[in-house]
Amino acid sequence: MGTVLDFGVVLDSMPLLLWGCLGTLGLALAGMTIAMIIGVLGVVARGSHIRALRVATIGFIEIVRNTPFLVQIFFLFFALPQLGLKLNPTATAIIALGLNGGAYAIEIIRGGVQSIPKGQTEAGLALGLHRGQVFRLIVLKPALRAIYPSLTGQFIMLTLTSSICSSVAAYELTSVAQRIESETFRSFEVYFTITLMYLAISWMLMTAFAAISRQYLNYPVR
Amino acid sequence: MGGGVGLNELGFLLVGLKWTVLLSMIAFTGGGAVGLLVAVGRTSERAVLRRGMSLYISIFQGTPLLMQLFVVYYGLGLIGIHLPAWLAVAIAFTLNASAFLGEIWRGAIQALPRGQTEAARALGLPYMSLMRDVILPQALRIAQPATVGYLVQLIKGTSLAAIVGFIELSRAGQIVSSQTFAPILVFGIVGVIYFFLCWPLSLYSSRLEQKFAAAR
Repeated sequence: MGTVLDFGVVLDSMPLLLWGCLGTLGLALAGMTIAMIIGVLGVVARGSHIRALRVATIGFIEIVRNTPFLVQIFFLFFALPQLGLKLNPTATAIIALGLNGGAYAIEIIRGGVQSIPKGQTEAGLALGLHRGQVFRLIVLKPALRAIYPSLTGQFIMLTLTSSICSSVAAYELTSVAQRIESETFRSFEVYFTITLMYLAISWMLMTAFAAISRQYLNYPVR
Repeated sequence: MGGGVGLNELGFLLVGLKWTVLLSMIAFTGGGAVGLLVAVGRTSERAVLRRGMSLYISIFQGTPLLMQLFVVYYGLGLIGIHLPAWLAVAIAFTLNASAFLGEIWRGAIQALPRGQTEAARALGLPYMSLMRDVILPQALRIAQPATVGYLVQLIKGTSLAAIVGFIELSRAGQIVSSQTFAPILVFGIVGVIYFFLCWPLSLYSSRLEQKFAAAR
């Protein structure tokens, strides 16, 4: 072992690393899906007329946003089995990512829904649209458009956060890298390479999110 | 079996907390100083500086903090610089904070009316004075809510130092948890400590935001 860089071992384990990238993408997409579901349900619960439900939702949001993800995932890792949920590390990681992303999603989506003036809904109904149409065309679409940049930004953050799931040995890029590192001792080379891979993943997601926005959220206003 | 969580264990966690706070303060101070340069470079009239800083920011915002920590930690060792763990970690957090604070402050600088710059120019203020006396004081004021909000991110981020073995609050929690075999209780306590460190800052940040929104 010298101080000379040797990326040979990294090239040798490239297939493993690429599978790790897929693991990260899978983890992130699963986490985002759960986060969206929690986000939408959370907005309803946050605005509910049942006080306990409102308080519980606010408590959940504040706890998640004011504690580190590392502590959250450790806590869940040990607490879930106590609740009778014996899950493998990857499933635990997906739940942790979903809960974490969900708390941020609630606040973002709530902001979007609040940005639609009540008069618009009323105008839609007055024009003879069905309730479903009003919700889909007049509330959901403009709200989604308003929050799209912050929501997708949050999702990219969630993807990067998923690297912390390596600490419970979930299957994703960082844990694959840690295994290669422990076998080859080429720490810098391995981590430098996967840092570039993460950069590529977040640029890819950014491009994809922008394309989706151009396709579905691009309509003239005013 | 371990002996449960007693005063010794709590004391150990509080020593960890001390390092979490110190590390956050170093990263915020260092990141603030470098971040000012990043923000000024990002809004400079020179295209090279603007593009360079934009790339700098997107690299730090597009990669996991954990990777930045690993790359700096092992990279310094590779080029023969052997620093104590806390210093290597502090450098990584400082660089990360500089990119995020730089981006927040860039937004604030660009939110100022152009007339401010034009008026200062018309008065013949040199660039340094324009920045120091006119632009930055106003921009940093607008950026207050986001800056305090970022401080919460930063404190939470320092928990990742635990993964490279530096003993701050989270690592202290891991150690106590493996000694006492009471992980749920220990990580619960650690979570509560982080919460009471971060929550007041979050509240302060949203209070500031409301104040600025009302003033507008």
